[in-house]
Amino acid sequence: MASSGLFSLVPLIVFLPVAGLLVNILFGGRMSEKAIGTLASAASGLAFAVSALLGVALWTGSGGAVVVPFADWIHIGDLNVAWNFRVDTLSVLMMLVVSGVGTLIHIYAIGYMHEDVRFKNDVGRYRRFFVFMNLFIAMMMILVSGDSYLMLFVGWEGVGLCSFLLIGFWYEMDTLGRPSFANSNAARKAFIANRIGDFGFLLAAFTMFWAFKDLSFDAVFAQAGQVAALNPGIILFITLFLLLGVAGKSAQIPLYVWLPDAMAGPTPVSALIHAATMVTAGVYLVARSAPLYTLVPQAQTTVALVGGITALFAATIAVGQYDIKKVLAYSTISQLGFMVAAVGMGAFVAGMFHLVTHAFFKALLFLSAGSVILGMERGHHHLPHNGDHHEEVFDPNDMRNMGGLRKQMPVTFWLYLVGALALAGIFPLAGFWSKDEILADAFHKFPAVYWMLTIAAFLTAFYMGRQVWMVFFGKPRHPVAEHAEESPKVITIPLMILAALAVLGGVLNLPGVSSLTLWLEHTIAGVEPGEFNFFVAGLSTVLALAAIALSWLIYGRQPLAEGQKDPLKKLLGPVFTVFERKYWVDEFYWSVFVNRYVDIARFLADVIDGRFWHDFVHEKVIAGTYNWLSRTVLDLRVDQQFIDAIANGLGEWTKRISGSLRRLQNGFVRSYALAVLAGVVIILGYLILK
Amino acid sequence: MNQTIPLSYYLAISAVLFAMGTLGVLIRRNPLIIFMSVELMLNSANLAFVAFARSFGVLTGQIFVFFVMTVSAAEVAVGLALIVIIFRNKHSINIDLMNSLKG
Repeated sequence: MASSGLFSLVPLIVFLPVAGLLVNILFGGRMSEKAIGTLASAASGLAFAVSALLGVALWTGSGGAVVVPFADWIHIGDLNVAWNFRVDTLSVLMMLVVSGVGTLIHIYAIGYMHEDVRFKNDVGRYRRFFVFMNLFIAMMMILVSGDSYLMLFVGWEGVGLCSFLLIGFWYEMDTLGRPSFANSNAARKAFIANRIGDFGFLLAAFTMFWAFKDLSFDAVFAQAGQVAALNPGIILFITLFLLLGVAGKSAQIPLYVWLPDAMAGPTPVSALIHAATMVTAGVYLVARSAPLYTLVPQAQTTVALVGGITALFAATIAVGQYDIKKVLAYSTISQLGFMVAAVGMGAFVAGMFHLVTHAFFKALLFLSAGSVILGMERGHHHLPHNGDHHEEVFDPNDMRNMGGLRKQMPVTFWLYLVGALALAGIFPLAGFWSKDEILADAFHKFPAVYWMLTIAAFLTAFYMGRQVWMVFFGKPRHPVAEHAEESPKVITIPLMILAALAVLGGVLNLPGVSSLTLWLEHTIAGVEPGEFNFFVAGLSTVLALAAIALSWLIYGRQPLAEGQKDPLKKLLGPVFTVFERKYWVDEFYWSVFVNRYVDIARFLADVIDGRFWHDFVHEKVIAGTYNWLSRTVLDLRVDQQFIDAIANGLGEWTKRISGSLRRLQNGFVRSYALAVLAGVVIILGYLILK
Repeated sequence: MNQTIPLSYYLAISAVLFAMGTLGVLIRRNPLIIFMSVELMLNSANLAFVAFARSFGVLTGQIFVFFVMTVSAAEVAVGLALIVIIFRNKHSINIDLMNSLKG
């Protein structure tokens, strides 16, 4: 087979980014910023090229999965895990998204980080950013190309690490640049929330090994049917614990709380890791585990409900946020909810389709938001420093400080508008097609989730409308916004490419053509082309337009004035406060979990370790007993009274006996002679009388 | 002619002499007299040797007597030298004054 040669290229998707980061680590110190960024982008771009070649190889070949053995890893007892690459239509789709969107974001970051490191006064950190970014691409590639749950987990943990490193990229400050632990706390929060999910993933993997004696996809799926027939509880257990992992990585209820805080990372990171790729790993995991999920309808229902509730819940929070990136973060959680709901319902293609289009338009939105933030930073920088605004801390992310940016940043405005309309699901942009496919599937399979998602879609259009009106229309509400400047081409050109993808992404799986369905049916058994439901599409379009109109009525008709409160606050009253304060979930988690954990830790430290273990066991029991034993028993009784008595008594007795014996030694020779005589007489007497 | 003095007579005299010598050693304070008493004891032993030798008809006893006489002569030589030294230090030869080596 001619294409088999192409498949053997697959390790390059991991090792090209690794090579890029190694070169940057070793020689980056002597390279210019442009060279560092170009190299990292090239590494990612070449990985994209390899992924594309793999796609071509699959296209021309049979389309079935190809497993490329690469290295042996673990041989312990029954456990055999090799590092094999799996090239199938699903993994190649993920590779293309990761490296394609990743490359565009790398190029964008060349321009973005150039300014960011200067605004934050640490130029040396430029190189580190690209090292982490390349590491992320490599880890993500391991995740999507692994042939077993364990290799997937390696990548899963690796991207978690990169996420941690990049959220805490400016670890010594908060998002406003003040010295603080805020950013590093956000990084830790992400890491810990993900660990809880990883714990679920691990339990699922252990159970899988226990039940199937193997962790590779093919072996697990081959036996799944038999095991399910005998004991469906095992499969339910596995799938539900995998769901916990999904909830951690893909920011679903109850573990979503880390994602909004993750916006502390630089904006390209928010776009790449926390919108387009890493957070979709959970969706990929469910799609990959489709043969397991389809065996247990209860698990599917749970996944769909978690996704649906998350989609609705996060969308309501997004309505009440002021930080431009926080709105997008909650929007991401909501959209991930759409995808999770879709793959939960068994609409795997719809979920993957939305994953791809969402990667396009959400990366576009985040990067455009980054461009807006940079524009604000530039405005702040150029503002005459008359002491008035220099002293006060200025938040370039706060939408209440923006307004009217359409005039200052026209390119960014149009790009942002494309992204927002795509996200809102306006015909014929990418979001319309993918969201409608999910809604149409939900309409048939799970009406309750359908209505949740429909309301969430309405809210999505509303908060995106609110954001666009607040940021780009009206008059500048802060002198900084007046001086905001457009971004350079290195930033806007990747955005244009993403915008084109966000417009055209729908062609991947147009109703009737269903190219993505045909592509994925090689990997996921039993997928059917999604049908186009005019009721669903019509309702969602009408709702989206209504939501945009509503947002115009509230925010567009009469733009927000400087210092004015959000008009929605007047309309909704306390409900808006609930949205604005994010349902107090963070506070709830603090009081129920974190503080209890701190209490337990304090109890363990103070009472168990301090008072019991140290004060009682060590001081009293061990040291006290030892002291008592050595002082009272051994010293006073044994040593002083017994051993000393032996020694002293021996001396005393020797003295006494010698005292009486010394009298014999009187120095008179005659008495010695007499003694000798007596001795002789006694001995002779004895010998004779014997 | 064949009438010989029985061995026991010799031994009795030897014992008497030995006892006298011992008594002299224990009682007298003059070292010269003590030496003479020691000679008396040695000679009582010589008498016993000779008596046994003659009675049993072996020469060993006779020869041993010569050794004893030699040793006693040597002993007297050392003893007299000691007495001279003691006299030099103490200006007396009273044996009871020589009691500094005591416990």
